[in-house]
Amino acid sequence: MTGPLLEIDHVSRSFGGRGLLSRRRVLAVDDISLCLDSARAEVLAVVGESGSGKSTLARLILNLLSPSQGQIRFRGLDLRRIRDTRTRQEFMKAVQPVFQNPFEAFNPMKRIDRYLMATAARVAGVADDAARQRAAEKALNDVGLSLAEIRGRFPHELSGGQLQRIAIARALIPGPSLLVADEPVSMIDASLRASIVNLLRDLRDRLAVSVIYITHDLATAYYVSDRILIMQRGRVVESGVAREVLDNPQHPYSRLLKQSVLSPDVPANPGARLRDDPSTTEVSHA
Amino acid sequence: MSTALAPAPAQAQPHAVLTVSGLRAYYRTSLFGINREVRAVDDISLEVAANEIYGIAGESSSGKSTLIRTIAAATKPPLEVISGSVQFSFGDRDVNILRARPRELDAMRWRNLSYIMQGSMNVLNPVRRVQQTFVDFAFRHLGQTMPEFLRLVRDHLARLHLEPDVLEAFPHQLSGGMRQRVTIALATICRPEFIIADEPTTALDVVVQKGVLAMIHAVQRELGSSIIFVTHDMAVHANLTDRLGIMYAGRLVEEGRTFDIFGAPRHPYTAHLIASLPRLGDTAPKPALPGTPPNLAEPPAGCRFHPRCPLAHARCRREVPEMEWVAPGHRVACFAATPERAA
Repeated sequence: MTGPLLEIDHVSRSFGGRGLLSRRRVLAVDDISLCLDSARAEVLAVVGESGSGKSTLARLILNLLSPSQGQIRFRGLDLRRIRDTRTRQEFMKAVQPVFQNPFEAFNPMKRIDRYLMATAARVAGVADDAARQRAAEKALNDVGLSLAEIRGRFPHELSGGQLQRIAIARALIPGPSLLVADEPVSMIDASLRASIVNLLRDLRDRLAVSVIYITHDLATAYYVSDRILIMQRGRVVESGVAREVLDNPQHPYSRLLKQSVLSPDVPANPGARLRDDPSTTEVSHA
Repeated sequence: MSTALAPAPAQAQPHAVLTVSGLRAYYRTSLFGINREVRAVDDISLEVAANEIYGIAGESSSGKSTLIRTIAAATKPPLEVISGSVQFSFGDRDVNILRARPRELDAMRWRNLSYIMQGSMNVLNPVRRVQQTFVDFAFRHLGQTMPEFLRLVRDHLARLHLEPDVLEAFPHQLSGGMRQRVTIALATICRPEFIIADEPTTALDVVVQKGVLAMIHAVQRELGSSIIFVTHDMAVHANLTDRLGIMYAGRLVEEGRTFDIFGAPRHPYTAHLIASLPRLGDTAPKPALPGTPPNLAEPPAGCRFHPRCPLAHARCRREVPEMEWVAPGHRVACFAATPERAA
């Protein structure tokens, strides 16, 4: 298929301000436009501090929220036009989420494989049991696991890294063309983090799945993404090819973000790099 | 490689404020006659010198929180201290905190030994103004009149670039970074000799994190306190700590000057942690470590890292490697890293 996969057209989203008791409106996403091409899968990083509207943007793309202004189109279909179950089902097949905390994404009382089967049945619409098993097995293989390893196990029996892989496998079952991953590695242990980030790259290259990678970690964004969007207080302050933007940031906020990344090289004098002015580093939210 | 600056091996440092030796702390549960033992801290020995930031790195369930809880004598069932000692030396007196009476502990806490915790919301009372929290925590330790005490608090806040207005605020009125600064002010107001910081910047944004770390560093250098700084974030350790201990599955696997550990990691686990650190400007593929951290209720025999280790050989599956000196001030628990001793 050609043409744009996802178009976000001057989208804003505000919260509050309508009720009697509300004091002010918060503009969480402010006039954002972007476009993903369906011909070429890519990893698009969305970075920014907490409260910059990254997660609201993710929820808008997943159609969990609708924009206050503007339009989001997925393969030309305006998300607000999704009314009937069939269209919604088609949309959910194509756009899947991966959440931040894999321990919270799974019900602790429920066996992991049941999630995969349920997704195969309800979202992917696979009718018989054997085909569901095959779909689950294939998705697990794509993330480097197998059904035999996880069958009958509960979330607490698996590590965070494994659970996050399973969450990604679950999202892959319906054969999506877009994954929206909201901080997928921030709760993952250091020794397992590299494998998840590598997996995102791998999905793009091998399965041609585009990934919207939401993070506050500039270093992994640089490592994994093709394009980058830097957000501050709901607005995109800078965007472009990830490496160009991060090698040579233009906007003062992008520069501040880049300066705040702690380099893993040890300075000869401990603490030396921290000292360059603590008073200016607090960005107020007022 | 390290040079003469590091202390001579096997010999106690002159001003060790904290000496932990042979510490074992297990979670013991008994349910329907089934006894379970989780060896969260297994035979750890370390020393922290005066005026030093000692970092502890390790992933979740490596036992780092259990270790510092034991060091702070804040253990409660099912966590039990099985053996070992935690010796503090504050000025003129030496205390084994695990044997101290509750009264002694009360007098010591906050005065000599204080904490900076991860969730600042858990430390600051949500229904009291910040000033009242300062009074609750620190007033009785300082033996001053209330006006004197409040003046001291204001001066201290000013030193940490905090406006005196924060005293009138409730915690929810402050931003996350601000609250974490207030907890640092709270932990340092009594000028304690020893501070335990448990993931104090993990919940913060990169931009705010750097400011908070700078503040911790500045206040530590000013007071000359010792800090145990726990975080899983190696980049924070690289920038803040003087020495670093790496924990894996309840055991210390490597310890040395931060500069030496990052420059020449000896343990394969440490080497992986450092090699897999993402850095700006680097797109070379990062290696991923196979396997997952072990379950501490049934740790693997021998070296606990051997199922994931690229260098594992037969001996690693049978014997537990001890911490061995490989260079002045640099210890490592690995047969492959200390081949001359393995023979």
